[in-house]
Amino acid sequence: MIDRLKESAVWRLAILVLAFALVFSLAGCAAEEPPAEEPAAEAPAAPSKLILASTTSTQDSGLFEVLIPAFEAAYPEYVVEVIAVGTGEALELGQNRDADVLLVHAKVKEEAFVADGYGTERRDVMYNDFILVGPADDPAGIRGLTVVEALTKIADAEASFVSRGDDSGTYTAEKALWATAGIEPAGAWYNSAGQGMGDVLQIASELPGYTMTDRATYLNLKVSLALDILVEGDTVLFNQYGVIPVTGAANPEGARAFADWIVSADGQAVIETYGADTFGQPLFFPNAQ
Amino acid sequence: MDIIFNAVEEAVRLLAAGEVGVWGIIALSLRVSGISILIAMGIGIPLGYLIGSRRFVGRRFVQVVVNTGMGLPPVVAGLVVYMFLSRSGPVAEVWVNLANALSPGGAPHPEPRMLFTVGAMLVAQVLISTPLVTGVTAAAIGSVPIELRLQARSLGASAWQEAVLTVKEARRGVMAAVVAGFGGIISEVGAVMIVGGNIEGSTRVMTTAIVLETRKGNYGLALALGFILIGIAFVINNGLTWLQQSGSRYER
Repeated sequence: MIDRLKESAVWRLAILVLAFALVFSLAGCAAEEPPAEEPAAEAPAAPSKLILASTTSTQDSGLFEVLIPAFEAAYPEYVVEVIAVGTGEALELGQNRDADVLLVHAKVKEEAFVADGYGTERRDVMYNDFILVGPADDPAGIRGLTVVEALTKIADAEASFVSRGDDSGTYTAEKALWATAGIEPAGAWYNSAGQGMGDVLQIASELPGYTMTDRATYLNLKVSLALDILVEGDTVLFNQYGVIPVTGAANPEGARAFADWIVSADGQAVIETYGADTFGQPLFFPNAQ
Repeated sequence: MDIIFNAVEEAVRLLAAGEVGVWGIIALSLRVSGISILIAMGIGIPLGYLIGSRRFVGRRFVQVVVNTGMGLPPVVAGLVVYMFLSRSGPVAEVWVNLANALSPGGAPHPEPRMLFTVGAMLVAQVLISTPLVTGVTAAAIGSVPIELRLQARSLGASAWQEAVLTVKEARRGVMAAVVAGFGGIISEVGAVMIVGGNIEGSTRVMTTAIVLETRKGNYGLALALGFILIGIAFVINNGLTWLQQSGSRYER
């Protein structure tokens, strides 16, 4: 009879449900242990959610791991949730009022965004620079040249080049540089990956090929890449970040608070020191007015 | 081989040390997909029964729609849900109009926030899994011999009793429907990325965590998370298959 029971569907279902509930509650316990020390006599109101839409390169640089806790310590009434997508998508999220504040790097698009009424204002926050990287043996011979000279040599030699190919701030800047060099990049050597910065760097490392990247992401991923910095310091490689509170945001006070904080002396100090200990150089340069 | 051993080693270490909030991520994946499949079953099994057992005008069309839904790319489902739940989308608009109408004279209500929440992820996953559950259930129901159902009716069974009998007869296929639906959503990444936002601590699930770590170049960590996901799917399917095989020793 026990054999019959063991074969019964109801019995097996009961066992599975119990097992699932057990594992589930264990996983839930293990997951919730860290925030279990909620002080009972904390702020009377629960912190309100603030959605920050920013770019994948900013998140991949690791900046948010220091920036967000610093902001939440200064403003405990807000809890920041970071959505990291491409600049194009971040602006789209802002336009649809699904994000409260934006931190992106495509100045022309940002100014158009505010002019069209989707953002309340745009302020400079920080900059980092773009660099051209490529294999150490540098087949196209671009080391130490200016950006325009380097891109011209790459196009002439039809050396493998990997592009972001998405609507990101980085891709926008790359397109502008090709335009400055008067080149329309096309052909089998020009690989439009349509992916984030980290992925594109991996592709360039594997091919091997050249690519344009921001310094922060490159430094962060350097150990897993076989790429050298070949062109840097050219003034056209400036990558300016801006912060924009969204018009009609769900949390307008939070958006305003974040924008004010990040351009304040405190916020700028956090940006200035980030990366100094890990990489020996800061990854971003604060330049709020 | 090294890369695999390292990944397995990394996976065990992650679980033991609870790093990158891996337990929270696992719990959330199971919660979202578990609730979604239950909802999908609640909609899909009755619907699949109706499609599979009844003749009605437009039945062929409905079957085509369901089959197309089974092939719907999950990321497209995510985009559709995003457009609907956006603060500038139709649901928010209706909600605001309703709220303003119900409390006239007060300040106009702001649009509600529905995206980047677990709820939005549930909606997307239900949308993805329901056609799968419906379609496979309909096929399973359709293969139950009509003679059985006619006999039950002739012995005085009500429509409800006939339905229960038919579903019980088709239970292997219905369970396959659940397995297919669950498999589709536990491994899905496009939709939950778009409507959930992969937010650390609140909407990050196993698949979106893997995408993030891959993009950051932490291939070892990504692979480890992948192994954990495969392991979980294996254990769950083991259980579901065990359930599916129940009573098999007493059948021919």
